[in-house]
Amino acid sequence: MRFVGPRFPLGKPNWPSSIPRPPVKRRTGVDYETDWARRHPARVARAAIVDNVLRPAVKAVASPTAHGEDRLVGLEAPVIFVANHHSHLDTGLVLTSLPERFRHKAIVAAAADYFFTSRAKGAFSALAIGAIPMERTKVGRRSADLAAELLEDGWNLVMFPEGGRSPDGWGRAFRGGAAYLSLRCGRPVVPIYLEGTGRLWRRGKKWPKVAAKGEGVHLVFGAPMSPEEGEDARRFAARLETTVAALADEWSTDWWSARRRAAKGATPALTGPAGGAWRRAWALDADAASRSGRRAWP
Amino acid sequence: MSRPGFVLEVDRSTPPVLFHHGEGFSLEKLPPGSRVVYPAEPIKPLADPDAAIRHALLNPVGDSQPLPSLLYAGMKLTIAMDNQAVPLPPMQRPDNRQRVLEIVLDMAAAAGVDDVELVIAHGLHRRQTEAELRHMLGDRIYDAFAPHGMLTQHDAEDHDNLILIGRTEQGEHVEINKRAATSDLLIYVNVNLVAMDGGHKSTMTGLTSYRGLKHHHNVTGMQHSRSFMDPPNSELHNSVWRQGRMLADAVKIFQIETTVNTDTFPSQFAFLQKREWEWSARDRASFLAVSKSLERVPPRIARSIFHGIKSPQKMTSVQAGEVEAVHRLTLENVHRQHLVPVQGQADVLTMGLPYVGPYNVNSILNPLLVMCLGLGYFFNLYRGKPLVRKGGVVIMSHPTRWEFHPVHHPSYIDFFEQVLTETTDPLEIEKKFEEDFATDPWYIHLYRNSYAYHGVHAFYMWYWGAHALQHVGQVIIVGGEPRAVRRMGFKPASTLRDALEMAEDVVGRNPSITHIHNPPIFIADVS
Repeated sequence: MRFVGPRFPLGKPNWPSSIPRPPVKRRTGVDYETDWARRHPARVARAAIVDNVLRPAVKAVASPTAHGEDRLVGLEAPVIFVANHHSHLDTGLVLTSLPERFRHKAIVAAAADYFFTSRAKGAFSALAIGAIPMERTKVGRRSADLAAELLEDGWNLVMFPEGGRSPDGWGRAFRGGAAYLSLRCGRPVVPIYLEGTGRLWRRGKKWPKVAAKGEGVHLVFGAPMSPEEGEDARRFAARLETTVAALADEWSTDWWSARRRAAKGATPALTGPAGGAWRRAWALDADAASRSGRRAWP
Repeated sequence: MSRPGFVLEVDRSTPPVLFHHGEGFSLEKLPPGSRVVYPAEPIKPLADPDAAIRHALLNPVGDSQPLPSLLYAGMKLTIAMDNQAVPLPPMQRPDNRQRVLEIVLDMAAAAGVDDVELVIAHGLHRRQTEAELRHMLGDRIYDAFAPHGMLTQHDAEDHDNLILIGRTEQGEHVEINKRAATSDLLIYVNVNLVAMDGGHKSTMTGLTSYRGLKHHHNVTGMQHSRSFMDPPNSELHNSVWRQGRMLADAVKIFQIETTVNTDTFPSQFAFLQKREWEWSARDRASFLAVSKSLERVPPRIARSIFHGIKSPQKMTSVQAGEVEAVHRLTLENVHRQHLVPVQGQADVLTMGLPYVGPYNVNSILNPLLVMCLGLGYFFNLYRGKPLVRKGGVVIMSHPTRWEFHPVHHPSYIDFFEQVLTETTDPLEIEKKFEEDFATDPWYIHLYRNSYAYHGVHAFYMWYWGAHALQHVGQVIIVGGEPRAVRRMGFKPASTLRDALEMAEDVVGRNPSITHIHNPPIFIADVS
């Protein structure tokens, strides 16, 4: 038996079927309004959250170390930060590692179909990390316009151009969104390589692992990049991807070896080898073992 | 637009003038009629230093090809660079050397060069610690090169790794680091803090040996360098240039020189660089807070606070190519920042000496270094003629504690105890003691394996002041430890007023006084 609520006038009236219903204004997903989260009170609250909750939490879980901050000396806001994406830790890690002049005026492009599915989730994301909804399943003008407008307003934008967390531990090709915004607004892009976040909290896990001593995550800032003469968004995105791969190479070997491999076009790709799923998984563990010096398989 | 330096004539309305006093400061009232030479404000830095470096490497000056066309796979490349003696205080990260090296190495990587070695050209200075190298070069370069032995510090006593290129017509030995001399290309990266640095002096002091240095680092040479901050009139530079030209004929050198502005101290010490009458309430408050608290802490702690300061100096120019052509442009850029016209000499020259000189980064400014900083560097910061007349008096303000860093300056201690107790005459010191100290196996061991300056370095400190010792009638140190001051043949005074009274005994009543307002540094163009 279906529960029937109180009847009209105590309850809602029925809508006559002969009268067309006006369209419902969607207020979730990409239509979620985040303006309030960029007003002063929300910014103050967010600064408190990022510095006093998020930063200690990230530090406790992931023991992060940042490298290459010297490459950002003299860089003026607003800037687009792009990073590879393996974990929910990534956003917190990037936000808390940004130099202060960027950190407290930063917004994060977050998947509209994940972080903004309900109003409560949207409000939490917008307040805590300054998320703005980004369409990733279809081409939409709204989210791109919003991001461009905010960039022009002086907001720094954090994006994960892989379009979601890695499903298998390898990176994915960069989409063109960040490159497009850089071209459109004429602002530089700072590539960032994140190492080890997938190890602690990969996709599909409910809770993160706490990093063992000496096995914290690493974040490598690259030098700011701008589109070259005549370069389109697709090519610029590919160049960003290669640069992040070169940062990964730099982290796992050393800067000079990485530069020499980059010059020869021999930088190992973040996307891993082609082939079946087991071979990719096998290669990934071999890679991790060679970096950590531990046996990958029992 | 930054304002140029100028000379202020003190009258009764002039506020007291800031004097550096080691790890502290004082405000001193100068008698009316004295002159204070104020340096120029920091000039505008390059907006995009990395782009400027790339432009310089691709458009070299003089008879040189662009850097990428000098690099090829299979070549042997050595990149030498200045050590931490410049700039002062050490600059905030990234250092000019890191910026330049990253771009140069990027080009080398693109050309497929595998055999690269980085050499710190520190001459007879002490070796640098890992932390110091990391600060100077950045972690990326350090981590990539140091673990593989591709980042080395020049060793002037490793005779197997030195090579004699030849002797100049004047008989000067041109001896240099073997790796640098046998490379297909030697790139030198410098930071030209003052007009003395750079040019052929980079390689011919940084990469050479005692045998190469003693032809210009000697008393006669220094007495005829008037001043050594003005290369065309410097005997030191004449000799170095002869050696350098011979080297340049034998080895292919690509010189990269950078200059910095005089933005010397970070914002909490902003008052140091302001003209006293422009101090805001904040400047006055920070002066009082800093100087009062420094008076209350032990010197050791004050020193560590000061040596923790990293200066916000910024790159103002970069030029690359053939050594002499590059250096001409560099000097123009140094002068653009440093030159202050001054008319006429004075009877008395006053100066406040800071806590740091080129030879005590992360160390102690011992009495010998006080002498070298005052009578060597500050006295010689002139072009034309000295700021003080012949027979005049130099008054320096510094605590001059009897204190030496036992690891960094071992031979200085013995110089102070054994040599200065016998004589303070540079010529006699050179004749009687130099050889023994320079060849002492224990000092050589410490220089090579510890972090010590070479045994002969203490002598060079004394020679650096030889021109001033010959020129002035008396040296007075205000606030200096009397026995340390007297050991050097100078006079101690407890206040500036006392010192001025003592000076009257030498130069007569109502002397004319010129004060060097420092920081930042400048070169007085005295006519």
